[in-house]
Amino acid sequence: MSTPLMEARGLQLRFGRVAALDDVAIDIHPGEVVAIVGESGSGKTTLLRVLSGLMRPDAGAVTYRGQDVLAMPEAARRRLMRTEWGFVHQNPRDGLRLGVTAGGNIGERLMAVGARHYGNIRAEATEWLKRVEIDPARMDDIPGKFSGGMQQRLQIARVLVTRPRLVFMDEPTGGLDVSVQARLLDLIRALVADLGLAVLIVTHDIAAARLLAHRILVMRQGQVVEEGLTDRVLDDPQHAYTQLLVSSVLAA
Amino acid sequence: MGNWALRAENLSKDFRLHLQGGVRIPVLADVSLTVEPGECVALAGPSGAGKSTLMRCLYGNYGAGAGRILIRHGDAVVDLATADPRLVRAIRRDTLGYVSQFLRVIPRIGAVDIVAEPLMARGVARDAATARARDLLLRLNLPERLHNLPPATFSGGEQQRINLARGFAADYPVLLLDEPTASLDAANRQVVIGLIEEAKARGAALIGIFHDTEVRDRIADRLFDVAPIQDAA
Repeated sequence: MSTPLMEARGLQLRFGRVAALDDVAIDIHPGEVVAIVGESGSGKTTLLRVLSGLMRPDAGAVTYRGQDVLAMPEAARRRLMRTEWGFVHQNPRDGLRLGVTAGGNIGERLMAVGARHYGNIRAEATEWLKRVEIDPARMDDIPGKFSGGMQQRLQIARVLVTRPRLVFMDEPTGGLDVSVQARLLDLIRALVADLGLAVLIVTHDIAAARLLAHRILVMRQGQVVEEGLTDRVLDDPQHAYTQLLVSSVLAA
Repeated sequence: MGNWALRAENLSKDFRLHLQGGVRIPVLADVSLTVEPGECVALAGPSGAGKSTLMRCLYGNYGAGAGRILIRHGDAVVDLATADPRLVRAIRRDTLGYVSQFLRVIPRIGAVDIVAEPLMARGVARDAATARARDLLLRLNLPERLHNLPPATFSGGEQQRINLARGFAADYPVLLLDEPTASLDAANRQVVIGLIEEAKARGAALIGIFHDTEVRDRIADRLFDVAPIQDAA
């Protein structure tokens, strides 16, 4: 079948006596949505940060399209983050520039990959505001005036405008009201399918993982305790921890 | 022999409940079942015998404990029990369909898009996929004014008809049907019988659970007994 976009093997990282990553391996293929689920402190966000080069592991290897991510100079990693990768933070304030207009937040990413024509950038920003269901009339407002859900949608537009191949998402619906979460999840689902993105999403929301992910990894105490096809892991969980996780969800 | 569409060999399945002290519940033992193209096999057996578990194993939704589930996928024969998740997704897109009893609704997605989605996943253009979806929904007597609405608030029977339209939209070579007529009235049961007969005529292999004996007698070519495990032992 296809070769993986990203591959990691034997990842180890300790914080003092705590193993945040304990011999973790993961593959992500083009167009594949992979969810990492697990409780707080299971190591899932650490894994995301290591894979995206934000944090160095004590041991292990990470490759992206054949390139060694850990050996990559910082400038090359930053270039990847501007072009082929995207990172959606849990708190949109970490992914947006709050003093810059909504249109500017989107246009800035385009300019970072070489776009120069003002009219084209503005047209593309308008298009992306519509795609994330923000009224283009808000183009010149600063994101500080937006609701939390709007800020998160703006962050997603900013990340996706450069058509990355691989997007890392850290609890993208984490801080939002339930009614806002559903809209955002549906939006992410549609955009990911339309653009054929590979996504690695960290979440503790099992329903979100079921909706979005093709494959699931369950983490506990720094280890991947179970992985596989999303519906098989959730409907026929094998590991005691996965059984606990799945049975703890209240059906609405 | 040799022309089968799906062949389960010595399939076993038990559930280990870690939260209940690790108790092990055996459900399927040594089940072997072969289905030919154009054939409809009805699973028979008392409630709790494991018919739905067998269906879920055949779809790859439950992992197989032991045995093989061979399926003809394009020009290849694949063991669904050991296939990589990406291959299982490809099999479900192109070869293997499943109509469950209940529709899993997604916020904000309209009925017609739910039905069209399996076709669009295969690369069918939106217009063509949507047209096919509307035809099927109308055939199943779901009025046009409901087509664009998300079915969360629809009745059980309406949701089941959307599920059926979705299952029959993509002409799968192998189709699993779990109680497809459970909440339907007589008129819609006849529509489903028609859809199943057409699927058989184009060479689809079907496996179904039908508590409705009238429907079963009309469309099943043979019964396959799923015996509770203590009787089989």
